[in-house]
Amino acid sequence: MTAAGILSNLAGIVGSANLITDPAQLGIYGVGRTAPKAAMRLGSNQEVAEIVRLAAAEQLALVPVGARTKLGMNIPLRGYDLALDMTRLDRVVAYDPDDLTMSVEAGIPLRKLSEVLAAHRQFLPLAVPFADRTTVGGTIASGVDPPLRQFYGTARDYVLGMEFVIGDGRIVKSGGRVVKNVSGYDLHKLLIGSLGSLGVMTKINLRTFPAPMSIRVFVACFDSAQEAVGMRQRLAQSPLRPLTMEILSPLAAELLSGTVAARTEPGELPSDAFPRARWAVIVSYAGIEKVLGRYDRDLRQTAGAAEITTLGEEPTRIALGRVREFVPIALESSPATVIIKMSVLPGRISELLEDAAVAAEKAGLSWAAIARGVGVVYFALLPEAKNDGARSRVDNVIKDLADACGSRNGNITVPWLPDEWKSLAAPRNVHRTDLDLMRKLKNVFDPSGTFAPDPIASWK
Amino acid sequence: MDSRLLRNLRKLLGAGGVLHKPEDLILYEYDGSVDVARPDCVAFPRGTADVVEIVRLANRHRVPLVGRGAGTGLSGGALAREGGIVTSFARMNRILEVDVENQRAKVQPGVVNSDLSLAVAHTGLHFAPDPSSQKACTIGGNVSENSGGPHTLAYGVTSNHVLALEAVLATGELVRLGSSAVDPPGYDLTGVFVGSEGTFGLVTEIGVRLTLLPEAVKTLLAIYDSIDDATETVAEITARGITPAACEMMDGWTIRAVEDYVHAGLPLDAAAILLIDVDGLREVVEAEAEAVADVCRVHHARSVRLARDAAERDLLWKGRKNAFGAAGRFSSSYYTQDGVIPRTKLPATLRRIGEIGRKYDLTIGNVFHAGDGNLHPIILFDERNQQQFRDTVRAASEIIEFCIAMGGSITGEHGVGMEKDRLMPLLFSEADLDLMKRVRGVFNPDGLLNPGKIFPTSKGCGEIYVRPQPAAAAPPAQA
Repeated sequence: MTAAGILSNLAGIVGSANLITDPAQLGIYGVGRTAPKAAMRLGSNQEVAEIVRLAAAEQLALVPVGARTKLGMNIPLRGYDLALDMTRLDRVVAYDPDDLTMSVEAGIPLRKLSEVLAAHRQFLPLAVPFADRTTVGGTIASGVDPPLRQFYGTARDYVLGMEFVIGDGRIVKSGGRVVKNVSGYDLHKLLIGSLGSLGVMTKINLRTFPAPMSIRVFVACFDSAQEAVGMRQRLAQSPLRPLTMEILSPLAAELLSGTVAARTEPGELPSDAFPRARWAVIVSYAGIEKVLGRYDRDLRQTAGAAEITTLGEEPTRIALGRVREFVPIALESSPATVIIKMSVLPGRISELLEDAAVAAEKAGLSWAAIARGVGVVYFALLPEAKNDGARSRVDNVIKDLADACGSRNGNITVPWLPDEWKSLAAPRNVHRTDLDLMRKLKNVFDPSGTFAPDPIASWK
Repeated sequence: MDSRLLRNLRKLLGAGGVLHKPEDLILYEYDGSVDVARPDCVAFPRGTADVVEIVRLANRHRVPLVGRGAGTGLSGGALAREGGIVTSFARMNRILEVDVENQRAKVQPGVVNSDLSLAVAHTGLHFAPDPSSQKACTIGGNVSENSGGPHTLAYGVTSNHVLALEAVLATGELVRLGSSAVDPPGYDLTGVFVGSEGTFGLVTEIGVRLTLLPEAVKTLLAIYDSIDDATETVAEITARGITPAACEMMDGWTIRAVEDYVHAGLPLDAAAILLIDVDGLREVVEAEAEAVADVCRVHHARSVRLARDAAERDLLWKGRKNAFGAAGRFSSSYYTQDGVIPRTKLPATLRRIGEIGRKYDLTIGNVFHAGDGNLHPIILFDERNQQQFRDTVRAASEIIEFCIAMGGSITGEHGVGMEKDRLMPLLFSEADLDLMKRVRGVFNPDGLLNPGKIFPTSKGCGEIYVRPQPAAAAPPAQA
C-alpha cells in the first residue's frame, strides 16, 4: 500500500481528527531522536486492534504511548512509524469500592483515577516519577517502581487482570477482576515492565487499597552510607511496617531541596527536611494516633545517635513528592544525566553504594543516589557537559557498576541516559539462561515485530 | 510400559528410585481431587541432574511427564492423565539456604510448606503462603498451583513470595528465572511460571521471600444465627478498609462436623461462624480487633469471642484447617469446589448455594476464605449412589456458573487441572486460550509436560470433568 493509502486507512479507522501527521505536532511522540511518521489518538480497543492489524500487514513499527512521560527512557526500538496515543482511552470501566477492585482503560491518568478513588477514601500505590501526568498503562508498561512498594509491592502484586492487543491484532485477556484467581496463565505479568514490546494494554483490572490516614515522615541523618544502611537493617528486623523507606546520598538530599526540586514539587519545606552534606534515611508511616506514637518512639530507637527530624502533614506530602520525583529532578540537574538502576539483596546495599561512589569519583563525575529499602538503588551520574570526555567517563562507571552488581548476584539497567549515549546502556556479560525464552515469547506475542520496542534485542 | 525406558530410569535412579508395579502405582493414580489416572511409572530424582536426565529420557521415548509433590492438589494437576512418568520430588526435600538478614530462602521443590516455616521459626521469620494442607503439601506444588491459604488475604499468594526459580523445561534445558534481588530485567518469567500447573517445566529450585512473624496476633470468633449476617459482616469489613490477616467462614453443618472432631468449643446450634485473625503492630492489632468486633456486632453476631491465648487460637485454627478431614467422617465421599466471587456478592452466593443444595437434596457444607471471596463448598455424596453422584457434579457446576455470573472465577487456588479444563471457555475467548497455549509452547513445545491439563481437550464445553464412576454401567445401588 502507498503511504497515502495507509494514511487514508488510518484516518478511516480513527477519524481524521484523531490522526496526526503534521511533523510539528509529532515531535512530542519522539523516542530518543526518532519521531513517528504519524500518531493516532485511539478511541476504543477495536480501533487499537484494527490499527495493529493494518500495521502488521504493512510492516509498520508501532509504539503505544500514554502521557509520554517515560518516552525519555532507554527504549530500544526496531523502527518507529506510528505512535498509538492511548490517552483518549481514559475511562473507569468499573469500580466496586466495597470490593476494593476496579477496571480502567489503560490511558487513564493516575491523577484522574486517584480522584475517583479518593472519593471513597481509597487509592492505588502506583505513584512513580511524573506522577502528575502519567497514565496507568504507561506506568505499568514502563516498569518504573513506586516508592510505596516498601509496603504495597509493585504492579505485579496488584494487577488482577488485563485486556491487551497482541501483534496480530487480536484482543486477548488474562486474569480476572477478583482478588484471588488461578484460572489460566497470568500472561498480564509479562506485560508489566515490557515497555510496550508484547502488546498494547487496553484495559487493566486492579486491586485498590484503603487510603492510609495521617501519613508522617521521619528523617534521620548519618555521616556515612554504612550507618544509614545500618538503620535500614535494624528497621527491617523490627515489627514496624513503614510505607516507604529510602536512603538518600548527600547530593541527592541537596538536589531534593534545590531549585529544580522546588519547581517540580513546589511548597515550603523546613530547612532540615533534607540534610546538608549528610546521608539521610527517610521513612514514612501512617495510622491512628497511637500507632504514630509507636512509630515515632521505635524509629528514634532504630536511628540510634542520628540527628532526626519529623515532618508535619504538608511538609510530609512535599518531601515524599520530591523523593518520588528524584528521577526528573536529577534529569534536569545536569546536561547529560545518566540514571543507573541497580538491585541487590538489601544487606548488600551499603557495599554497592560504596563501590558506586568509588567508581564515580574515580571517573571524576558527581553523583547522587537514592536506595530503596527493598534493595533498589537509583544512581544518578551528573556530568557537567555532554561531551566525549564525559561519555567515556560514564562508560567506565557503568562497566564498574556492572561488575559490582554481577559479583553480588544483582541486576543493573540504565533506564535514562542521553540519546547520543544509548549504546552505553547495552547490557554486558549477560549470562542468562532465560534469554532464549524471552525472545520466543516476544515472537509469540508479536510474530511480525509490529511493536517497535524490543528491550531484550541488544542482550547477548 | 517400554522396558528400555524402565531400564534406563533404573540405571539412573537405582532400583529403589523407580516404581512400576501396579500395586505401587495405585498410590500415584489419585491426588486430593476426585479424579484418577494411573501413570506408567514413578521416578524419584535426587537432584537437578536426575531431573534433566528424566526429561531427556521422556523425550527420547516420547512419553508424557508429570511433576508431583505430595499429591494434595485438588484439581488433578499431579495426575498422569495420559499416562507416562510421574516425577515425584519426595527425595528433593532439602532447604538449601536460609538468609535471615535478607529474609530469603532457597529450597528444593519437595520441601513441605510448613517445614520451611518451622525451620526458620527461631529467627522470627516464616513462609507466608499457608494452604490448609500445609503440613503435607510441598513448595514445588505450591509454585505449580500458585497456592493460597487463609492468611493470603493480607500476605498474598505464592506468586507474591517467589522471586526466583530453577526449572527443567520440557526439552531438558535447565533455566534460571528471576533473581533473589528484586526487579530482574526483562520479562517477568517467574511471575508467569508460578501457577502454570506443571505445564511449563519441572521446578528444581525455588527462591522465596520469608516474612517476619507479626508482633501481635488476635483471633476473633464471631458466632451467628444466620448465614446472611455472617456474609454481610465480611462484606462490611472489606468495605470499611480493614484487611484482617485472615477471615474465614464456616457454616452450621461444618461447625458441627468440626466440633465433633476437634472439640474447639464451637457452638453446635450456630448458623455460621467467622474466624478472623488480625496481626501486626500491637497498637494496630488492638484497634483493628476492636473495629472488627464492632462490625460483627452491628451485623447481629450472637457473640464475639477473643481467643485468650495461643493455645485457644491454635485450637480454633486446627478446627478450620481440618474441616475437610472432618467432612470425611460424615460421608464416604465429598467433592470440594473452589469458586471466587467479588466479596460484595457473598450473601447472594451463599443463598444460591443453599438453594442448589435443596434442589438436589444434597448436603453442602461451606468453609472458606470469606475475606477473599474464595468459596469452598463441600458437597457430600455416596459413591455407590449414581444418581446422587451425577447430582453432585451438576450442583457443583451450577455453583461455579453462579460465580462466573457474579463476575468471579472458576478457581481461586486449587487450579484448573483436569477438573475444570472444560470450564475455561466460559471465562476465556478462543483468542485468549490460543495465546496461552502458544505461551505454553514456548516452554513445552511438544506438550510432553503434563498433557491434558488447563485447556479443554474434548467436546462438552462448560462442564466439570469428573471421572466416570467405577459402577457407572450398573443400575443405581438403591432405588
